[in-house]
Amino acid sequence: MSGIGTGYDLYPTTFSPDGRIFQVEYAHKAVENSSTAIGLCCKDGVVFGIEKIILSKMLVEGTNRRVFSVGEHIGIATAGLTADGRRIVQNARQEAKNYENFTSDIIPIHVLTERLSIYVQVFTLYNYIRPFGCSLMIGSYDEEKGPSLYCIEPDSVALGFYGCAIGKGKQEAKTEISKLKLSEMTCKDAVKEIAKILIKTVHDETKEKEMELEMSWICKETKGKHKLVPKKLIEEAVEWVKGQENEED
Amino acid sequence: MFDLEKDFLYDLSKEVKTGTTVMAVTFENGVIIAADSRTSSGSYAVNRVTDKLTPVQDQIYCLRSGSAADTQIISSYVSYYTNMFSIEEGSQPTVKKAAHMFREFLYQNKQYLHAAIICAGWDPIEGGSVYSLPLGGSIVKQPFATGGSGSTYLYGYCDMNFKENMTEEEAEKFVTYGITEAIARDGGSGGIVRKAIIDKNGVRRKTVYGNKLKKFWEK
Repeated sequence: MSGIGTGYDLYPTTFSPDGRIFQVEYAHKAVENSSTAIGLCCKDGVVFGIEKIILSKMLVEGTNRRVFSVGEHIGIATAGLTADGRRIVQNARQEAKNYENFTSDIIPIHVLTERLSIYVQVFTLYNYIRPFGCSLMIGSYDEEKGPSLYCIEPDSVALGFYGCAIGKGKQEAKTEISKLKLSEMTCKDAVKEIAKILIKTVHDETKEKEMELEMSWICKETKGKHKLVPKKLIEEAVEWVKGQENEED
Repeated sequence: MFDLEKDFLYDLSKEVKTGTTVMAVTFENGVIIAADSRTSSGSYAVNRVTDKLTPVQDQIYCLRSGSAADTQIISSYVSYYTNMFSIEEGSQPTVKKAAHMFREFLYQNKQYLHAAIICAGWDPIEGGSVYSLPLGGSIVKQPFATGGSGSTYLYGYCDMNFKENMTEEEAEKFVTYGITEAIARDGGSGGIVRKAIIDKNGVRRKTVYGNKLKKFWEK
């Protein structure tokens, strides 16, 4: 089956004539096949929301985690190959721990992001290891500096965002996010808005099975620590979304 | 009688008295650090005008006592790493960070090293701070610290004369008289008194030459 990059897409060590590295672009495709994850930088913190497709009724709720803690103060949400994401998170945890041991300070998020970016880039250089097939959103909240959100893609580009989406429905999600007034929103409101985007805009009920919402936050309320959003709040958010639907109908 | 243990074997667990007196004290605007200027090798003064006030960063200094070789290499490592970290983070390194880096080197290599360091400086977060890092590689934050062989003669003096939040003048007097007294009593310390005042405006270095040192009770 001949595709776009035929001939130049065997290894990440080959550029195509128009200057592209196809293996890295194919890695992006792996991310686009996965379900959507959203990150929002609000007034008082950062909130992550992930649309998790429930593959089987036998699966325990909350299993197959896609959001992880690094140190106590940083959260990472993944989209793409979860195993790849876990590998990068493991590296992130190592970096954070080493930094803390050496300097007695917790690692600043922009330092961690820089280091992860460098780490991801290494895997785009050689023909015997493949690029990571996942994107990460890294979020943290600091009393003085406020909330920060970064996104690292498989090509190792790391950008800072006010609001970001990765995965299958990222285009629709980004459109919805751009309509929100993030600087005035609290984290509790963001939980509702993210639930709304994931349930109504991104999730296609006809095509896919049921979904589960995995949400986490780092905010003033959690005192700068990364925690899962309490189940009660998620349930309330889902109720609210259902209520909105009825209103519109 | 030649005693093998006392006279010949080098016992690391005893505090080895090397020639130095160093002091660091916090005052209302920052820290003042001071040291004598003698480097000795046995009874020979190798350098009588040594500068023991070593810059680690613009506003972070360290006072070195123990093996000159060990302390010099470690302070250049810490200087290097604080530089790299401050570039990565885009902000001035804190004294706490530099002190903890010293600790990491001193503790992880304690079998090989013979170094005691006082790390003192000013940063915008804590203001002036003094950290004492003695032989074993522990770290203690203190309002003032003394080190070196001459420091044994200063414990009483410091306890009786130290006050929190001294003015610059008072603090300068405190360290100058302290080093002077230690030079007078300790054979391993001598020469001139070198001082540095570190506050938010930077570092000001001063020297008090031998003939200007105040004479305390002397016959």
